[in-house]
Amino acid sequence: MIEYRKDYFSDARTDGLTEVGVTRQRSDVLGHVTGKTQYYADRHFAGLLHLKMVRSPHHHARIKSIDVSRALKVPGVVRVLTAKDVPQNIYTILCLIQVEPNDEPVLAFDKVRFKGEQIVAVLAESEQAALAGVAKVKVVYEELPAVFDVEEALKPGAPLVNEYHGRNWFTYEGHHCRRVRFGNVDEGFAAADHVIEEMYQSSPIEHAPTETTGCIVVPDQNERYTCYSNTQALYFTLDNSALILNSPFHKLRLVGGTVGGGFGGKVDVITEPIAFLAAMLTRRPVKYEYSRAEEMQVSSPRAAERIYIKDGVAKDGRILARQVRLYVDAGAYSRHSPYGTTKAAAHMPGPYTIPNVWVDCHCVYTNRTPSSAMRGFGVTIGDFALEVQMDKLARLIGMDPMEFRILNAYRDGDMKAHQKEVDGAALVECVQAASDLANWPIAGRYRAMSSQKREG
Amino acid sequence: MTKKRGRGMASVNYPTGMNLGGDPSQALIHATTTGSFIVTLSSVDLGQGLKTVMAQICAETLGVSTENVIIDTADTDTGPHCMGTFASRGTHRIGNAIIMAAKEAKSVLLEVAAEELEVDAGDLETDGAGNIRVKGSPQKSIAILNVALAAHFKHGRTISGRGIFLQPRSYPEPETGKMTPATCYAHACTVAEVEVDTETGEVQVLSLKSAYEVGRALNPRMVEQQIIGGAWMGLSHALYETTEPYYPNRAHGPTDFNQYLMPGPGDLPEFSNVIIERPAGDGPFGAKGVGEMTANSPIPAIANAIFDAVGVRVDSLPITPEKVLRGIQALAHDPEKWTPVFRKDHAQTEDAARH
Amino acid sequence: MTKVPVQFTLNGREQNEFVDSGSTLLAALRDKLGLYGTKAGCHQGTCGACTVIIDGSPQLSCLTLAERCAGKSVTTLEGLTGNGALHPLQQAFMEGFAAQCGFCTPGMILAAKSLLDRNPSPSRDDVIDAISGNICRCTGYDPIINAILTAAEQLRGARKSA
Repeated sequence: MIEYRKDYFSDARTDGLTEVGVTRQRSDVLGHVTGKTQYYADRHFAGLLHLKMVRSPHHHARIKSIDVSRALKVPGVVRVLTAKDVPQNIYTILCLIQVEPNDEPVLAFDKVRFKGEQIVAVLAESEQAALAGVAKVKVVYEELPAVFDVEEALKPGAPLVNEYHGRNWFTYEGHHCRRVRFGNVDEGFAAADHVIEEMYQSSPIEHAPTETTGCIVVPDQNERYTCYSNTQALYFTLDNSALILNSPFHKLRLVGGTVGGGFGGKVDVITEPIAFLAAMLTRRPVKYEYSRAEEMQVSSPRAAERIYIKDGVAKDGRILARQVRLYVDAGAYSRHSPYGTTKAAAHMPGPYTIPNVWVDCHCVYTNRTPSSAMRGFGVTIGDFALEVQMDKLARLIGMDPMEFRILNAYRDGDMKAHQKEVDGAALVECVQAASDLANWPIAGRYRAMSSQKREG
Repeated sequence: MTKKRGRGMASVNYPTGMNLGGDPSQALIHATTTGSFIVTLSSVDLGQGLKTVMAQICAETLGVSTENVIIDTADTDTGPHCMGTFASRGTHRIGNAIIMAAKEAKSVLLEVAAEELEVDAGDLETDGAGNIRVKGSPQKSIAILNVALAAHFKHGRTISGRGIFLQPRSYPEPETGKMTPATCYAHACTVAEVEVDTETGEVQVLSLKSAYEVGRALNPRMVEQQIIGGAWMGLSHALYETTEPYYPNRAHGPTDFNQYLMPGPGDLPEFSNVIIERPAGDGPFGAKGVGEMTANSPIPAIANAIFDAVGVRVDSLPITPEKVLRGIQALAHDPEKWTPVFRKDHAQTEDAARH
Repeated sequence: MTKVPVQFTLNGREQNEFVDSGSTLLAALRDKLGLYGTKAGCHQGTCGACTVIIDGSPQLSCLTLAERCAGKSVTTLEGLTGNGALHPLQQAFMEGFAAQCGFCTPGMILAAKSLLDRNPSPSRDDVIDAISGNICRCTGYDPIINAILTAAEQLRGARKSA
C-alpha cells in the first residue's frame, strides 16, 4: 500500500475532497480482465485489405528504379502505392506548430536515408499475399556513404543525410543548436576549486508496447473515411493526414482512445496517412499494422544522446558553473526531435540552482531510424548524465551525495537557467524522504533545510 | 565468484506538459435527462488510467459520485480538440479543462434546482450522493435525476459545460534560451541497492526506494501503478534495453523479445515508495504530471550504485555485463583509471571516492 | 487456399469449423470466431499476449496451427466467465491493480490459470516461472505476481469451504 509523508507541506493541502485523493477502481479494468476492452484491431470489416511495406535494405542510397510489375501479378495483390500516389508526399509532423522545413517523404522516391524506410505499399487480400507481393517488388539502388555518429555528422565533408535541411543539423532561429546562456560560465570555472568534464552516451531505446502501432481505415458514407487507430494524439494524426492527402479536414475521422501501451511510440503519424490513401484509392477497408520486427527497428526509438558536462565546483559543495553540450541523434528525419532537443535544453542544468550555465543542444541528422518521443522525452538521458555527474562531484569533494544534492537543490524564488522563477519546489523534501526510507542518514543541517528556505 | 553490493542515489524533477507549440485541450460535459454526466473528449488513454482520473475530477467538481460520470473518448466527430497524450500533460491539461466545463454545468444544475425548490441558487449544494440540498437544511433537497428531468422537459435548459485549458505558446529567445517550457514540476529521489557479480559483470538490482512528489495523488493506487511500472522501466533502460547494442554501429539490432532484453518477473527488485504532495497552484486539485518521471531517477541511481559496489563508472546506457566486466578488468590493471572516459581533473583521491 | 475441417472444444462447447490450412489458432479465434479477447502482440511467439490453454497447458496461439487443435480442448479468456461470475484470478487482477493498458492481461490470466489448475499452492517462484513467457510493459510485474498469489489463496479457501 502506498505510504504518504503527510508531514511535508501539510499546510498547502485543502481537505474535504471526496472523489479525488481516494482510490477508485479503474473504469476500464473489468474490460481488461474479461477480454472485452476493444482495441483498434478488435473489429471485423468485410473485404479488409492488408498493407505491407517494401523497405530500404540500405542505410543511405539513391533509388535508381522501382519495378512493381511482378508484385501486381501475385495472386491476391490488389494494388501498390508509390510516392506518385501521395498528394503531398513531403511532410514533417510538427508543421502543425510551424516547425520547418518539411523534410520527410511518406513514401521514399529519390533516396532512402535509413534502413527500413518505406518505399512501396502493397495491398492484398491477405497478409501472406501482401508479403509475397512485397518480395516481388524490385528496387534498384545506388548505395551512398552513410554517417552514424553525431559528431562525425557535424564535421565538414560528412555525407549529407537530409537535403531538405541542407546540413546535418536542425537550425534554431539562425543558430546551429538550441542554446541557453545564463550568467558567465568562464567566471564560474575560474572561481571553482575543481573543474571536471565528463561524457555520457546512450543508445536508442524501443518503446515496446505490447500492442504494435497500427490502424484500420474504413470508407464511410458521404465520401468520408474513419480511421481506427492506436495513436496517442487523434487530432495530430487527423490534421497531418489531411495535409498529406490534400483532403478537406472534415472528410477524415479518427476513432481511438484505448491503446495497448504507448510510451511515446504512438505519437508519430506514419501508418495512418498511407492507410487513408489506400482506402481512398481502393474504396475498401485497409489495415496497416507494424510487425514486431518493424516496431523494433523501423518505428522511432528514443533518441541516442551524447552529453558532455563540464562543472566547476567549490570545496564547500556549491556548483558554480555548468556547461553542457548535448547531441540528440535524430536519425534521418526531424519528426519530434527538434522539439525534444529544446526540451532537453530547458531541462538543464537539472533541478539545481547554478549561477552560471551554458547549454548547447544539437539536433543532429544521421542515417539511422528517425528517433522521436518517448517517456521522459528530452529529459531521461539528460537526468542519467546529470545525476551520475552529481555523484562524481560529491565524491570529488568528499561530500555525501544526498547532502550535496540538498545543498544545491533549487528553492522557491530561485532563477532557473531558462529565466523562469522556481515555484513549487520539492526536491529537498524528496531527498530527505528517500534518506529516511533507505536508512541513509544525513546531517542535521541538511535535515533542517527546505524548498521554501535555503537553510533551516 | 564474488558478489559486491553498493548503493547509489539520484534526484530529479520533471516538467508537466510542453508548451512550445501552445498546449490546449478541451472538454464538453452534458447531463443526460436521467442525471448521468457525460464528458466528451478526444483524449487518449494509453493504459495509464486517464478515463478513470478524469471521471474522478469531474465528479469532485460537480459534487456527484464517480460512478455517475461517463467518459466518452476518443472520437474526432464528437470529442473537442486535444493535443494528445504525451509530455505528462493529460491529467493536468485535460483535468483543468474538465473542471472548467463541470463548473459551468454545475451552475446550470443549481439554477434549475433552485427554481424547482423555490430557493436561491447560492444557497444550494450537492451532497455527493445524487441530491442537491439547501445548505443548513438538508431535509429540503431534490434528486439530481429530477433536476435533470425538469431541466429538459420543463425549463428547456441544457445542463452542460464547455471547458478548455490553454497554456499559451512560449517562443524561446534564440540567444539566451529564455522560455516558459512547461507548467508545474514534479520531483523524485531514488536510492538503488545493487549486487554486482565481479566474475560475470551481471548486476542485480536488490531494491529501489523512492520518494515522489506528485502535487496531489488523485487516485493513490493508480499513482502507485505508475511508480512501480515506471521504476521497472527505468531499471530496464539502465541495464538492458537498446535497439542498437553496438551504437553507433548499426548492426545486430534486435527484432523480437528474445533479442530485445528487458527484466522479467524474476528480475525484480524490492520496491518501496513514499508520496509527498505539494499541490501545484495551476494543477487540477493540485496534481502534477508524474507518468514519465517515474522511469528517470532509477537509472542514474543504479549507475551510481554500481560504482559504489565495484568502483566502475559506466557512463553509457545500457550498463551491460560486458561493460561492467571491462571496467572491472581495466580497474584491476590500472586502479587510477576508474572511469572509462577522459577527465580533466585529478584532484580526487581514492579516499574521497568512498563515502 | 485449402480448407480443413476442425472439430474441437472451445470454452467448453463443441466447435466445428473449416479453417485455412496453415492458418494459426490466433487467426481462427480472432478473425473467424470474433473472440478478440486473445491478443496479437508479436505473431512470433515471444510476447505471450496470445496465450490460450490447450488441454490444460498454456500455449501460444500465434504459433499453433488451427488444424492441430482437432480433438483438443481450447480455453480463451472468454471461457473464464462462462457462468457470468468472474474467476478469482480476474477478481484479483482487478482488486490488485494488476492491469494498466490491459493488452497483456488475457495472456497473463490464462498462463496463471494453467498454473493454478496444475498447482493450487504455488510459491512466488512458481508464479514467476509460469508468467515468464508473458511480457508486460506497464506494471513492472509485481502487482501481477501478487494478484496471482492472492487468487491462489482464494481458490484454496473456496475448495476448503466447499
